[in-house]
Amino acid sequence: MFCIRNPKFVENKRLKLSNSQLKWEILFKRILIAMSILLVLIILGVLATLIIESMPSIKALGFGYLWGKVWDPVQNIYGAYPFLIGTLLTSFIALIISVPFSYAIAIYLGEYNPKGWLSDLLKNTVELIAAVPSIIYGFWGLFVLVPMVRELEMKFHVLPYGIGILTASLILAIMIIPYGASLGISLIRMVPSPLKEGAYALGATRFEVIRSVIMPYTRSGLFAGVLLSLGRALGETMAVTMLIGNTSTIPSSIFAPGNTMASVIANEFTEADHTEYLSALIELGLVLFFVTVVINLIGKRIITRFTNN
Amino acid sequence: MEARIGMRNIKSNIFKGIIVFFAFLITVPLVIILLYIIKQGAGQVNWKFLTGTPAPVGEAGGGIANALVGSFVMVMTASVVAIPVGMAAGVYLSENPRTKLAYYSSLCVDILQGVPSIVVGIVVYFWLVKPLGTFSALSGSIALAIMMLPIVIRSTEQTLKLLPDSLKEAALSLGVPYHRVILKVTIPCGFAGILSGITLSIARVIGETAPLLFTAFGSPFVSAALGKPMESLPHLIFTYATSPYDDWHNLAWGASFILLMFVLTLNIITKVITRKWKIQL
Amino acid sequence: MENTIVKAENYNSYFGDNHVVKDVNISINKHEVIAVMGPSGCGKTTFLRGINRMHELIPGATSTGKILLDGENVYDMNAIYVRAKIGMVFQRPNPFPNLSIYENVVAGYLLNGIKVSKADKDVIVEKSLTSAALWKEVKDSLHKKGTFLSGGQQQRLCIARAIAMQPELILFDEPTSALDPISTSSVEALFHELKANYTLIIVTHNMQQAARVSDRTAFFYMGELVEFDDTKQMFTNPTDQRTQNYITGRFS
Repeated sequence: MFCIRNPKFVENKRLKLSNSQLKWEILFKRILIAMSILLVLIILGVLATLIIESMPSIKALGFGYLWGKVWDPVQNIYGAYPFLIGTLLTSFIALIISVPFSYAIAIYLGEYNPKGWLSDLLKNTVELIAAVPSIIYGFWGLFVLVPMVRELEMKFHVLPYGIGILTASLILAIMIIPYGASLGISLIRMVPSPLKEGAYALGATRFEVIRSVIMPYTRSGLFAGVLLSLGRALGETMAVTMLIGNTSTIPSSIFAPGNTMASVIANEFTEADHTEYLSALIELGLVLFFVTVVINLIGKRIITRFTNN
Repeated sequence: MEARIGMRNIKSNIFKGIIVFFAFLITVPLVIILLYIIKQGAGQVNWKFLTGTPAPVGEAGGGIANALVGSFVMVMTASVVAIPVGMAAGVYLSENPRTKLAYYSSLCVDILQGVPSIVVGIVVYFWLVKPLGTFSALSGSIALAIMMLPIVIRSTEQTLKLLPDSLKEAALSLGVPYHRVILKVTIPCGFAGILSGITLSIARVIGETAPLLFTAFGSPFVSAALGKPMESLPHLIFTYATSPYDDWHNLAWGASFILLMFVLTLNIITKVITRKWKIQL
Repeated sequence: MENTIVKAENYNSYFGDNHVVKDVNISINKHEVIAVMGPSGCGKTTFLRGINRMHELIPGATSTGKILLDGENVYDMNAIYVRAKIGMVFQRPNPFPNLSIYENVVAGYLLNGIKVSKADKDVIVEKSLTSAALWKEVKDSLHKKGTFLSGGQQQRLCIARAIAMQPELILFDEPTSALDPISTSSVEALFHELKANYTLIIVTHNMQQAARVSDRTAFFYMGELVEFDDTKQMFTNPTDQRTQNYITGRFS
């Protein structure tokens, strides 16, 4: 056995170190556990805070809150219905616009052109759309999209607000395309090639393979992508706040201004000068939290089931 | 028969045409937006713009130093909080995937990923702003940290899960204690993946406005005090973009340009890291 | 007795309720090469990992009984200390990809935070690599990453890494099963040289390898230690019918 200057040197050091290390090991494991518990606590804390702080409003207004058609803080009347409608309208219009794009990108990058510079370029573009901050979409929308919509409105002979449900939906649509698209790309690439080859061998055209092999195979996953996009759209705040017009009445048409749950909170939270007002706003946050969480979890569940199969 | 096949081929090609058209159509709004921001914003940027504070109404010029400093301070503070916490939780999830705690905290990561940022703002308002009695950069940083956590956790977890068990065993069999195995072997080996998650999370929160509305609020002064209100780039853009003054709009365009450059740079850095080490996020 | 280095007394291992090593008693002498063979799933690797307490790192894994190392039960000792004292080489070469060849050899010191002077480290690296028959091949590229080496070289680097910690005992878990024939022979040749200074316990599913390299062979079947004898004796004249069946290939 070779020896360095003092043969017992390593031996002694080893024992002494390992005894002190044992304590560190335990401490370290506890830190890891503590941080994981912290995560659970954050979520429970968020939930608890939202519930406690919206209690005054829940007590005073009960379930009627959700169906109340008037929101007038000056008269101390709080009904969330206009915002529910505003949120659902903007989100669903955005979804309807974005889905064809998301699916087209997913099919193109997943099936037609999965490799090469052109596909990289398009993929980076999609990622970039997700990366641009929502405040910038809002700002751009305010100065470019709003005048365009206003001209459109003049052609249709409706009140030319410019801002409103439609404008907010258009910008939302652009913003949520990447969420459905990038998930769709990876799902479509997961379709086993024997399945596709089987169909080609029977003389199917590309379109027929996509329609009768790829689409049925990935349907549930693509639907999950739509859900995730919807979750994004429901909670999106800044761009919508800047473009929707911030009117607390039920929108009469898609050209009319309105408000979403998120945009009301953003606009009025710091102005809420008494408990009931503030609490009514937080109850909106609570509803928003529940809805987005449920939608997201369902989406994630579907994806997990899809990838595990 | 042949005519039928011809028809089917035509149908297939038309379908492809539609797909290609829609797929590439989305590059149009992005290019328009980017060019517009550059056109409006790049010209605003000069030394005074970067070092000055906003000018009062009616005066041209002025700068965004308060927002630059504020964004930097708050993103840094958020990182200092979110990176260690997120990495620790990520290590736990990758090391103990089957425990009950892992199930619940993984569920919480999923939930956190979907929580609208405005809700985070509300909650942090009640956690920090109300008890401390003032809007503060600290509360803004915590809100941003909460937004960063899911990305840091997932990237850590996924990178470490890809490392072979044999690596850990090699270290353990040398008598290396667990914490040193994690800190000196697994984390360094998965460093690139974790780093790309960190840069991505920073890119995400640097443009976040909603969580800052009721936490950091905003301030016209250059300040690094965590206990006081602080301006940030996105919040400054929001305030000035929705004002009725042209000078202020110009300031907001310039700030948008700077913010966009930051976000682009961080995304490119992430890309370079993931490409160089061939990792998938 | 003084010549014994490892002794197992009524040693049992479990994965949850699954009893994988059953009541093993074995005594291994210093400077011996022991082959542990048996069909896959017979508990040979689990037994090996019980010796340096690697087994218990798997969630749900437990064990009972004693493993005496130099007369002291390893399960009464600090687990980290036990692992540092016993070398181990794995099925697949696993050099640390973030460390250079040099750093890989002294990884046991680096990662444990044991301070060793540069001069001592140089000595350790050269001697360990020489013992692992790798010095000549890598002496000019010590600061390159270990993962650039061939499979056989990587495995010898892992052996050098184990040697550097000055163990008396080195455990090998199917050390050549992931290697090509040439690399295998280079590693096998090394066993003969290491015998002079170390005790080697080699788990293998390859009977020819057991016959080539070991002094004594232990045969495990269904978690039991069926037979433990001189290698020659075992391969020419086994006492147990199950051993006979195994070496004649009647089951695998």
